[in-house]
Amino acid sequence: MKVITMHDAIAAYVHDGDTVTIEGFTACICFAAGHEIIRQGRRDLTLCRMTPDLIYDQMVAAGCARKLVFSYLGNPGVGSLHAIRRAVEKGIPAPLELEEYSHFGMVGRYLAGAYRLPFFPLRSYVGSDLPMVNPHIRFVESPYGDGPIAVVPPLNSDVAIVHAQRADREGNTQLWGLLGVQKEATFAARQVIVVVEEVVDEAVIRADPNRTLIPGLVVDAVVHEPYGAHPSYVQGYYDRDNDFYLRWDEVSRDEAATRAWLEEWVWGVRNRAEYVEKMGMETWERLAPGEGLAGPVDYGRYA
Amino acid sequence: MAGYTPSETMIVAAARALAGVRTVFVGVGLPNIACNLARRTVAPDLELIYESGVYGARPARLPLSIGDPTLVSGATSVCSMTDLFGLYLQAGRVEVAFLGGAQIDRYGNLHTTVIGDYAHPRVRLPGSGGACEIAINARQVFVIMRLRRRAFVERLDFLTSPGHLGGEGERAAMGLPGGGPQWVVTDRCVFTFDEVTGEMVLSSLHPGVELAEVQAEVGWELKVAPDLREAEPPTAEELRLLREELDPQGRYR
Repeated sequence: MKVITMHDAIAAYVHDGDTVTIEGFTACICFAAGHEIIRQGRRDLTLCRMTPDLIYDQMVAAGCARKLVFSYLGNPGVGSLHAIRRAVEKGIPAPLELEEYSHFGMVGRYLAGAYRLPFFPLRSYVGSDLPMVNPHIRFVESPYGDGPIAVVPPLNSDVAIVHAQRADREGNTQLWGLLGVQKEATFAARQVIVVVEEVVDEAVIRADPNRTLIPGLVVDAVVHEPYGAHPSYVQGYYDRDNDFYLRWDEVSRDEAATRAWLEEWVWGVRNRAEYVEKMGMETWERLAPGEGLAGPVDYGRYA
Repeated sequence: MAGYTPSETMIVAAARALAGVRTVFVGVGLPNIACNLARRTVAPDLELIYESGVYGARPARLPLSIGDPTLVSGATSVCSMTDLFGLYLQAGRVEVAFLGGAQIDRYGNLHTTVIGDYAHPRVRLPGSGGACEIAINARQVFVIMRLRRRAFVERLDFLTSPGHLGGEGERAAMGLPGGGPQWVVTDRCVFTFDEVTGEMVLSSLHPGVELAEVQAEVGWELKVAPDLREAEPPTAEELRLLREELDPQGRYR
């Protein structure tokens, strides 16, 4: 049985000094896992994400991180990530090392990691200053005579944590909507935690196998955590809390206010269920997306 | 007083630049609203592509971010970012991509990384996101930025996304597949690029804008097209679509 609590999953799979990936591009960002890592006081983590988003802003503010590996350091659609900027520009609460790519570079790193390849070639970085500040971005000569091509190294995190709509108890995981790099990041990682809105019967998974992007084969733990991606969203389950993203812009500008937010909403609750209750029904009603069902498809029985 | 704002003129100019285009790589904010306006006016077959993995989006509301769930519902296709960057962008299937930045130089090179020294930045900006490979692979790049002297600079603090690099064909010589920046649409004017030198050229002024106003906001000696013209003002229909359908809350007025 792989279904365990978030507390136990973080205690078992995330250690001080680890390289940690919590992926999800705008959608399915597992804030519940990030908050539990903060509560358990992990330190010196190398945090990897294409878009650090508010989750890593909060984890950096809480002092969990030594280094960020990323490609877009902003509050999407709003502006800056102020806590990360404080760490980078002023060393508050601690200096933060940056290792910076472009989006396709990060995608390529996960892909090389997932395929166990030594590097991934991509048409990027030519003429950019990025390779000058990140020595891991290199150029190699194509062995087929078509000139130099940029390459990035594999990213095999110690642990990858991804959120999704549903999984069975073995961790066979289905997701829809924006897929980000959820599949690549999990196949690349040494250990994997999937966090889902619903744990379903195996039969639900087997009825629609094309939607199973992550097989239980690569999953170490399944955590059932409804609303675990808030204030990001899960397609069909709840909307992105854009008001929260706008409000964080205000809160995070001030170190004391950021600390106070963490005290109240992370350290001040024991787990995600308490956070969900504290947010209140009006939040979840406000974020209800309405129904937009896909038509069923016929796989055939072939019996 | 004109019956429209500089932002509206900018959005309308960007939308008109998309006439006849089939596939456009959209950013949030101004590009998003410009592309949706173009689809309702000059480019009815326009397919909106978002780097979050969406092809053929039909957003039912104005998305705050490029990962908004409204981009997924009703889209033609939703794919992984591996597929989006590999099969769509790198394969040359993006006709036009919109980009912006904190700084741009005369060759359309863009900067979105740091102000000051990289290791000890005064201001840490978001970085590339997908911009670096978008600038390299899209068949054409349209830049949309407000015309400000601190943004239109002689020398970038950091070159994040390549435009025409040092000009004079350097971009093609370095083997970049896409054509690079073709238009820079601002709230005062529109620039194009000289085909030979790769340098930005002022090609049209928005209604009522003086040449001197533009020169004052550009940090280099500006080249002006011999046939510099004044753009047609936004039509009543363009303004109606913007105000009533695309941005009823007036976020981009």
